Amino acid sequence: MSNATSLQEGQPAVRRPKRWHILIFLLPALLVYSAVMILPLIETLRLSLYNTVDGQPTFVGLANFQVLFGEERWAHDFWNALKNNVIFFIIHMCVQNPIGVALAAMLSIPKLRFVTFYRTAIFLPTLLSFVIVGFIWKLILSPIWGVAPWMLDLVGLKSMFAPWLGKPGSALIAVSLISVWQYVGIPMMLIYAALLNIPDEVIEAAECDGVTGWSQFWKIKLPLILPAIGIISILTFVGNFNAFDLVYTVQGALAGPDGSTDILGTLLYRTFFGFQLQLGDRSMGATIATVMFLIILAGVSLYLFVIQRRMRRYQF
Amino acid sequence: MQARHSIFRTGFVHAALIAYTLISLFPVFLTVINSFKDRNAIFRAPLTVPTPETFSLIGYQTVLGQGDFATYFQNSFIVTVVAIALVLLFGAMAAFALSEYRFRGNTLMGLYLAIGIMIPIRLGTVAILQGMVAANLVNTLTALILVYTAQGLPLAVFILSEFMRTVSDDLKNAGRIDGLSEYSIFFRLVLPLIRPAMATVAVFTMIPIWNDLWFPLILAPAEATKTVTLGSQIFIGQFVTNWNAVLAALSLAILPVLVLYVIFSRQLIRGITAGAVK
Repeated sequence: MSNATSLQEGQPAVRRPKRWHILIFLLPALLVYSAVMILPLIETLRLSLYNTVDGQPTFVGLANFQVLFGEERWAHDFWNALKNNVIFFIIHMCVQNPIGVALAAMLSIPKLRFVTFYRTAIFLPTLLSFVIVGFIWKLILSPIWGVAPWMLDLVGLKSMFAPWLGKPGSALIAVSLISVWQYVGIPMMLIYAALLNIPDEVIEAAECDGVTGWSQFWKIKLPLILPAIGIISILTFVGNFNAFDLVYTVQGALAGPDGSTDILGTLLYRTFFGFQLQLGDRSMGATIATVMFLIILAGVSLYLFVIQRRMRRYQF
Repeated sequence: MQARHSIFRTGFVHAALIAYTLISLFPVFLTVINSFKDRNAIFRAPLTVPTPETFSLIGYQTVLGQGDFATYFQNSFIVTVVAIALVLLFGAMAAFALSEYRFRGNTLMGLYLAIGIMIPIRLGTVAILQGMVAANLVNTLTALILVYTAQGLPLAVFILSEFMRTVSDDLKNAGRIDGLSEYSIFFRLVLPLIRPAMATVAVFTMIPIWNDLWFPLILAPAEATKTVTLGSQIFIGQFVTNWNAVLAALSLAILPVLVLYVIFSRQLIRGITAGAVK
């Protein structure tokens, strides 16, 4: 059937009446998606090239970017936010994803009991809103309540306790780890699915060759789940460079202490919307959004055109 | 020897999994038990469950008396339900067009709709706000519904068209021979068959909408249009020192998510595991 249709399409469609229903099926989705997502995105990119000069919107070329990267006040905030965002991402890649893989590897052990329970429980935090997660951890880590020091006392490490969220040196790490706690369920689930997908014959063949346990994981399973690890890496990347909510709920729009947890999302919010004494600035907001867009685009392209192409996929 | 080794290993795996399960559940558990205690008990013994002496509902009374949580819940509910309905309807229609018909620009259209899977809608906020101001939609639930519909569509179209390809051609052609219009084929033959996929998409769409803070904060911060997420954020911000109220507000905010998760966890987990296969 599909062959016949493609043959028909080879010749210019003269016999067929205009198929209006295709347009009608596509139209509502296209309209909403274009009007609320694509056009504003393009408009934002365009706005980054304009600024208000003498009360008139004027085309200024890349001047906004020069200000953002070069002018002292802006540049300090921007590079600080970018640096923090990179650290935020690195912590996710080095903590969240390995823990996710380890949990998935344990869950996928055949004939293990209570798997559904563990899976459901570990995935729960992912569903909670940032507001809930942020405040719960703020309370737990608060020196006033004393739950965290008390817990550390149990393992004899009470002297280690510090008000982590309040110190510039540790606040970013603490916020990143809270985010890791919340999102570890996603890599866990995706890797778990990839591991379950490995056919039994491959594992049996490995066992016949005496490859078991740890070396089986490293030599057989890990190469097979690399595509899934690639997907979670790019998801983490996009999510992290677009993050805002958690920092906003835990540390407020100023991303304190002393801007030490400021990431691009909170910088965009403050710049565009204004906060306390700072007035909102649409052009600079659009400029920051454009930089975020370019960063995310670069990451996604790198993934799609380089990493995903080079990755070996195995067909079973 | 082999058996003993394996028991040892299973024991270790269970210990590690239980440890991590405790880490994920403990903060939630801690919040909920303390929300039912009086102020002294919260500080004196944060880790014990409420006893008859320490039991108190003062936090819940404050929350329900001060915050307008009924309105917030209603707003979140309306926004989420309408946006999901639109995402499912429009998404399924577009997915049907893309998977069923061959026409010029089909692949291009698919790619165009897929941009939104990777590029977050948040980056267009500056212009979205401008547009909503121009259309007089600021501080209305309509603005949120439109944004969330656009946000949910790309993934919905992607997942649903994968599923639509599995619906048998014979069935659709039989319908055509019986004189059904293309619309009847879509609504009466195809939609009922992909209901499980629709449920998966619904769950996926729902979570980010219910939990979003960014767009309510920017597009609809008025008292009458606050969602639960924004409402509890602001409420907790004001009552920072009233621990009873904060803990009760948090517990109330967790509740709907918990209930939905218990109902849909199977669907959700199956959806993630099935989606990852591709």
